[in-house]
Formats: sequence, C-alpha cells, structure tokens
Amino acid sequence: MTSHRDDPAPSRRRFLGGAALAGAGLVTAGSARAEAGKPDPLITDVQDWNRYLGEGVDKHPYGVPSRYEKNVIRRDVPWLTASPESSVNFTPLHDLDGIITPSGLCFERHHGGIADIDPANHRLMIHGLVEKPLVFTMEDIRRMPRENRVYFLECAANSGMEWRGSQLNGCQFTHGMVHNVMYTGVPLRVILAEAGLKPKAKWLMLEGADSSGMNRSLPLEKALDDVLIAFAMNGEALRPEQGYPLRAVIPGWEGNLWVKWLRRIEVGDMPWMAREETSKYTDLLADGRSRRFTFFMDAKSVVTNPSPQAPLKHKGRNVLSGLAWSGRGTIKRVDITLDGGKNWQSARIDGPVLDKSLTRFYVDFDWNGGELLVQSRAMDSTGYLQPTKEELRKIRGANSIYHNNGIQTWHVKPNGETENVEIS
Amino acid sequence: MSKSPRIALLAGAAGLAVALVGPLLAQPAPKNHAPAKPPHAAQAAAPVAPAAAPKLGLGREALPAEIKAWSIGVRPDGQGLPPGKGTVRQGDELFQAQCAACHGEFGQGNGRWPVLAGGQGSLKDDRPEKTIGSFWPDLSTVFDYIHRAMPYGNAQSLQPDEVYALTAYLLYLNDIVKDEDFELSDKNFTSIKLPNAAAFYDDDRETTEKAFWGKQPCMKDCKSEVKITGRAAVLDVTPDSKTAPKVD
Repeated sequence: MTSHRDDPAPSRRRFLGGAALAGAGLVTAGSARAEAGKPDPLITDVQDWNRYLGEGVDKHPYGVPSRYEKNVIRRDVPWLTASPESSVNFTPLHDLDGIITPSGLCFERHHGGIADIDPANHRLMIHGLVEKPLVFTMEDIRRMPRENRVYFLECAANSGMEWRGSQLNGCQFTHGMVHNVMYTGVPLRVILAEAGLKPKAKWLMLEGADSSGMNRSLPLEKALDDVLIAFAMNGEALRPEQGYPLRAVIPGWEGNLWVKWLRRIEVGDMPWMAREETSKYTDLLADGRSRRFTFFMDAKSVVTNPSPQAPLKHKGRNVLSGLAWSGRGTIKRVDITLDGGKNWQSARIDGPVLDKSLTRFYVDFDWNGGELLVQSRAMDSTGYLQPTKEELRKIRGANSIYHNNGIQTWHVKPNGETENVEIS
Repeated sequence: MSKSPRIALLAGAAGLAVALVGPLLAQPAPKNHAPAKPPHAAQAAAPVAPAAAPKLGLGREALPAEIKAWSIGVRPDGQGLPPGKGTVRQGDELFQAQCAACHGEFGQGNGRWPVLAGGQGSLKDDRPEKTIGSFWPDLSTVFDYIHRAMPYGNAQSLQPDEVYALTAYLLYLNDIVKDEDFELSDKNFTSIKLPNAAAFYDDDRETTEKAFWGKQPCMKDCKSEVKITGRAAVLDVTPDSKTAPKVD
C-alpha cells in the first residue's frame, strides 16, 4: 500500500480507465465497482487533484458547470421546425434535481430569434384605454415595488408530439418544454395603476421587441391578479433567450403568453386575435372545431428518472424521481405505479410545494431486474386528477397539438434500458 | 394614509411600506381561479399596490408620434388598419419576390415552412392542413402578422399598400376571392370573413372535462391486464441524446 501512496506519478490512465468503467451503464448487482477484495486505486493512489494545485480564483469570473457535466445541455429536435430562429429546444429534465431550473438550461422558444437589446435602449410603453399613456425605462421599472415568486413556465405544446402515440425517447423531448425559476419583477397591476385604466378596459395586448413582434392578448382580470413584469430570474438579470431585459410572467398559464423582450402593453376592450392565439395555440378537436384562449396548464407530472435518457443501472436500491405541476394551484399528491397502473403508491414529495411551481417527488425502491411500466399521476389543489392519454383523446381527438397533460409511461427492460411506450 | 406619495417616498422604507400596504386591508382579495391555497403554498400573495394606491410618479407620458410608431396591432374590428389598398395581381408579384422562397409559389410551403393555402375541409382528417383558408378565423390576423413579422428576417419593412396586396393575394390563393383584379383596402377589409371563423369557441375544459375533477384515485388492483400498445422506438425519430448540438 505504501508504494501506491508514494508513487510520484499517479497514473492518469488508471484514473481514466476507472471513470470509463463507472460510466459504462451496465446493470450491476451492487454499487461497489472495485473487484472483490482488490483495493480501489482511486483510494489507494494519490490522485492528481489531490496533489497538484487547482485553478485559482477568477479563472472563471462567471462560473460554469464542471467539464464532467458537458452532456447536461438543452437539445432540439431538428426535424420539428424549418429554422432555428423560429424553433424550440428542451430542458434536460432527466439531469436535474430539486425544483429550480438552472437559467442556462431553461428551454428556449423563439419566433424570430433572440433579440439583442441594450437595457439602456429598452422602453416599455403602456397605452390604449388608459388615463395617461406612459413610457418607462428599465431604470424606472427598477424603482417600482417588486416581488419574488417561483413559477413554472410550460409551453402549451409540451408533449405535443405525443398526441398520436409514443414518438420521442426521452423526457427531455416529451416533457422538456417546461422550466421553473424564481422571478423578480413588478406586479403588472402596479404599472396599470400608474397609467390609470379607463372603465371599458377588458383586455391587454402584450408585445415583444423581437423580430416577430410576438404578441398575445391577456384578460385584464389575470393582469390584475398575479402577473409580473420581470427583469430577473434566479437572482440575476433575465437571460437573453428568456427575454432580457424584460418579460411577462403569467403564472400557471401557457408559456406563449409570457411575452419576452416586452416593449408594449396596449389596453383594449376586446382581444386582438393575434396569430399566436388563432392560427396557433388553439386546440383543434376531433369534430373540427377549435378551443381558443385555453390559458390554464392542467395538472401534469412525469417521472424523470428512470426515463429513456436515464436508464436504470443497478439492481437493488434505486431512486425514482420526477416532477409535478399545475397551473391551477399546488400539487396535492403524486402517485406512482411500477406495474402499468395495476397498483399505485403515493410518492414522497420533497422540497417546497409552491403555487404554480414545479414540485419534486421521489419513490425510493428496490429493483429486482424485472420489467417495469412506470407512470406518475398528479392531483392538484383543485382536485383535478391527471388523466390518461386515452382519456384525453376520447374528449379531444389527436389533433390538438397543445395541452397534452396525459399520464406518461416508461417501459424499463431487464437490462435497464427504458423506452417511451403507451399501454392499454 | 393621508400622506402624499412624495412624502411617503421621502419618509424612507417604513413610510413606503405603510403607504403601499396600508390601503390593502380595505381591498377585496384578488380573484384567484384556484381555491384557497394551503399554508405551505403561500408565495406571500399580498398585492403590493392596488388600483387605489397613490401613484409612484415613474415614467413619462408617451407622445402621440411614439404611440403611432409602435401601434402595429390590427384587430378583427379594423382597429389599427392603416389607410391603403392593393390588388391580387400586385400581391402575386410581391409574393413571388418576397415570400415564395419559403412559402412556395402558391402558398403550398417549401419543406417545413408554413403552408398558407389549401386544406379546406381537412380539419377532421388524420393530418389536418391548417391554413389561412382552412383554419384561420380572422383576416385581420393575416394583415397584422405579415406587417409585424414578415418577410422573415426583415420585419416591418413592407408598406401598407404592399400588405393589403399580399393579403389580397392570400385570399385569392385560398379561393376566398376569385378575381385577380380584386382590390383589398381599409374600406372593404372588415367585410371579408374567413370560412372557419365560426368554428372557434372559448375554453370550456371546466365543463366538458369536469370528470377530471374530484375523482378518487384508484390505488390497488386497478386493472387486471396491461399490454404495451405503442413504442417510440418503432418510429425512431429521437435525436441522438449522446450527440450535443455543435458548440464552439
């Protein structure tokens, strides 16, 4: 043993070999990697990082994740859209834990690329049915009373590719158009009060400063309730791809309403019928008619681990983990089945349970290497129980694109490989 | 609460808190679609400043020229339509020059770019074709969107007459007008209705999907048999999750 400790040149090759073995992803009976009875060189040898100096402070004035986490990234589905400037990518839910999404991993959805705006050149205008039309600078907005709130943002099209059946193998792709951060912003009602609403005011139109001029109509009632005009997420300025320097936060409602690069709020007496609330973000049903203004995101959940991108690697002890959320309130309970819905158990919810926020759940379980059909089922504080995909299709057909909150099934095979399936 | 906003601001944090939070107690609770929040769910929902609160005195009055410059929205009732006109024929010429590269000569869409015409009667099909003629409810949306966002990458570059002409051409491509000499203008704009307008209705989930509320979740012996009915691997359209997008 002493000869190992004294080795002046610890073997890099040996270390890399060990790392490769650990990452092999084969199902093993136990957790110990070292051969039985043979000491682990990672313990008996002095490692490079244990002997030589590491990087000093200020190597990264803005810190970045470890180089060993380089696979934890947003990913897109290239065939979905014609151009990356009007496209979407997906949050790697299977690589995350807790309830807060790191800012750089929040999925992106743009309609005309990311507007590059110097905050000194940004203006927010409010006009229309107001007593006094106003223009604010970012400095003005930062002088208003502000609030901090954690909310999920889910694209209405999240899981939209799954309406006709299982299509994408990974919860990043099936459920990754959701993120959850703490926003800092000014309640919209403060800004509306500053301009003064005229009696006929009923709807607002929110518009972005990007090259698509993304705009949506918003009922005044919601605007006066809990809408924020946010300039920060997770304690720092909004990321450019999330609307820097200013975005709307419309808690519990579909992501498309959360206008980024917000430059204009017009007050009116009716909706504007913008492209994104007529030709898009309306739900085509089986009878050929379409629902519009389907704002609420219904209760939904997904098991993030295991999932196709995060297969089971070990027999014996495992942690099943997942996320649940509802646009109508808080998550009251989450149930889990491992046998395709024959029997269920309540998951353990851990961490904050916040209004209109992602909520984390776990089931600590033993896996004997048999096949599993894993599902999660959320119930929210209004008593809404997450439906199966079949129950949804029975009412809506398969052409809705939007608002697919049906129960997801993962098929875990004996080798740990996990597939997106549908079951009877 | 007789303090003026200025005095409250000068009085510092304590004064500000009184000025802003004080009047709240007399305000009705904000209407919330969700039922009463459980205690652990509180995100301190107390509103900061109700409509009756004293003004902050921030921002400046928007000037008429500024409001005009940014008022690009067009509503179904015609509000926001600029004066102007354009014919199908003029629109055809513009469309071939500015739009056809992506949308195709006849609005059929190249590759995955949006299809703008056709698809009438397809909304109940397995693969509905949602176009201006088959799906869009309001003509104002066509005008509004072309002006605000098109041509892709050169937004707000078209003059009102050009947008009228392109909108007229799109009506023609969708067989909603048949005459190549048809002229669309701010005068006749609101008289034109799109075929699918009546097929839209407001969200009714709380009634049509009422069964999803108040169900007692089954926990034991909920079904006797389970069969796999569909698999993602059959389609094999998942991007390789081991392959990262190209990063510099």
